[in-house]
Amino acid sequence: MSLVVENITKYYGTQKAIDGVSFTAEPNSIIGLIGPNGAGKTTTMKILTCYMPSDEGRVNIHGLDIETDEQEIKRITGYLPEHNPLYGNMYVKEFLLFVSRIHRIPHPHQHISSIIEKVGLGIEQHKKISELSKGYKQRVGIAQAIIHDPKILILDEPISGLDPNQLVEIRNLIRELKEDKTIIFSSHILQEVESICDRVVILNKGRVITNESLLSLQEDEGEEFILNLKLTSPVDKTLLSDINGVSMVKQNDSTSYSIRCNKDEYTRELIFDTIVQSGSKIILMEFKQDSLESIFKSVTQSDS
Amino acid sequence: MLSIYIKEIQSFFSTLTGYIVLIIFLLFTGLFMWVFSATSVLNYNYASLGQLFTIAPMVFMFLIPAVTMQSLAEEKQKQTIEFLATKPLSDLDIVLGKYLACLTLVCIALIPTLIYYFSIVRLGSPVGNIDNGAVIGSYIGLVFLAAVFCAIGLFTSSLTSNQIVAFILAAFGCFFVYWAFEFLSNLPVFFGHLDDFVKSLGIEYHYDNISKGRIDFKDIVYFLSLVFLFVWLTLVSLDRRKW
Repeated sequence: MSLVVENITKYYGTQKAIDGVSFTAEPNSIIGLIGPNGAGKTTTMKILTCYMPSDEGRVNIHGLDIETDEQEIKRITGYLPEHNPLYGNMYVKEFLLFVSRIHRIPHPHQHISSIIEKVGLGIEQHKKISELSKGYKQRVGIAQAIIHDPKILILDEPISGLDPNQLVEIRNLIRELKEDKTIIFSSHILQEVESICDRVVILNKGRVITNESLLSLQEDEGEEFILNLKLTSPVDKTLLSDINGVSMVKQNDSTSYSIRCNKDEYTRELIFDTIVQSGSKIILMEFKQDSLESIFKSVTQSDS
Repeated sequence: MLSIYIKEIQSFFSTLTGYIVLIIFLLFTGLFMWVFSATSVLNYNYASLGQLFTIAPMVFMFLIPAVTMQSLAEEKQKQTIEFLATKPLSDLDIVLGKYLACLTLVCIALIPTLIYYFSIVRLGSPVGNIDNGAVIGSYIGLVFLAAVFCAIGLFTSSLTSNQIVAFILAAFGCFFVYWAFEFLSNLPVFFGHLDDFVKSLGIEYHYDNISKGRIDFKDIVYFLSLVFLFVWLTLVSLDRRKW
């Protein structure tokens, strides 16, 4: 495991910001950390990046303990904080040179040029950071986080406030970085988490309420799913409703139906037989998975 | 630490800060030394740099807080402290890098005043009639004084994210350690038994000692203790984020 988080707890005064948070991350995977505002995502990330210690629990990153090997962990971790703090009065290259010096990167000028290329800062590289648009500032933030080729990359809301084109570019960049890194990624844009992450950790009120792969999360969610059907000719809706295991039938147009039924294969066989016996044929049968948004809603609301 | 130091020095001279510090310091000391008739060395009839070493601590009292006020307060305000604290740097690296950069800037401001020294040497009768021991001692004293003021400024800058508050606190802190003990020692409550001790707690007492060209181990220990104290307090203040 690249990252093992065990029962970390953090208090702000008497308030518990996170409460016994545990999760793990495999090498070359992207873990999505999501949750409502105040759920403890940023606090968790601040602990993982050694900005502040947890009050209880342990964190192990690539075999290093966060309490005893703080500096070593900082060397193998890249972090983009939520508000992307940058020195506006510095030029892009000057700032990246400063970060290279901190990481003691040999031949920094050459390295900076390749990083600038990688994050797509080419045309803006001679500007002052304060003159850049939000999207380019975000790229500078990502550049400083990956300049030392970290093993773990922690990105707090890296895509918030980006326009659709920038969003696609940053998404592709993050996917590219996954090839040799473990990425912990938080976002409020759940469609992005869905499209980028391999696994999702949902936090609510400082506790982990779900920690699963996206696929199993979607499969596990409820005992029923929705089947979308397209037929060659209409069938009687009541015939479908009467099938054992079907709880709802909705006719979308004359030949297409949405059926909520249990996940038992036998129920689908019965639906197939009923349609064929009615003299129609199925030309499309697909099951609609719950989106991460609906899963997020249901798990966070049921928790409260 | 070196990366922070270089970045700070570059930032002083890539913005107006560095140049303004140099100009204001030289302007003030220059006016008092050569132009204003009440303090001009030309009317003093004595080849001495005394005016420079009397005025410089007062100018430093406002100029150094103006330099240090941004060092940590701005990092807190812009939240770049989170960026620094998550890089492979210890809090000591951050504080020392910034501290030494501020002190370097102040020392750079002192270099042009050597022109005053050479001018006075030429103006002496006979030429070169100047107490070199006192001049060297005073320069050393001024560097120590600046070292303490920078440490005080850095500490107050670590207490708040508001640069104005950091400046006011630092200016008051510098004033207090420089003069307040002198005033306090004159209070009747201390008179006769503790007045010397109270006076020796202030910077002025030790600065005056060194300025006479007598570099005493006790004075050096005093200045270094104050520097260590305020650098340590700055580290404690930065560590508050972990509490």
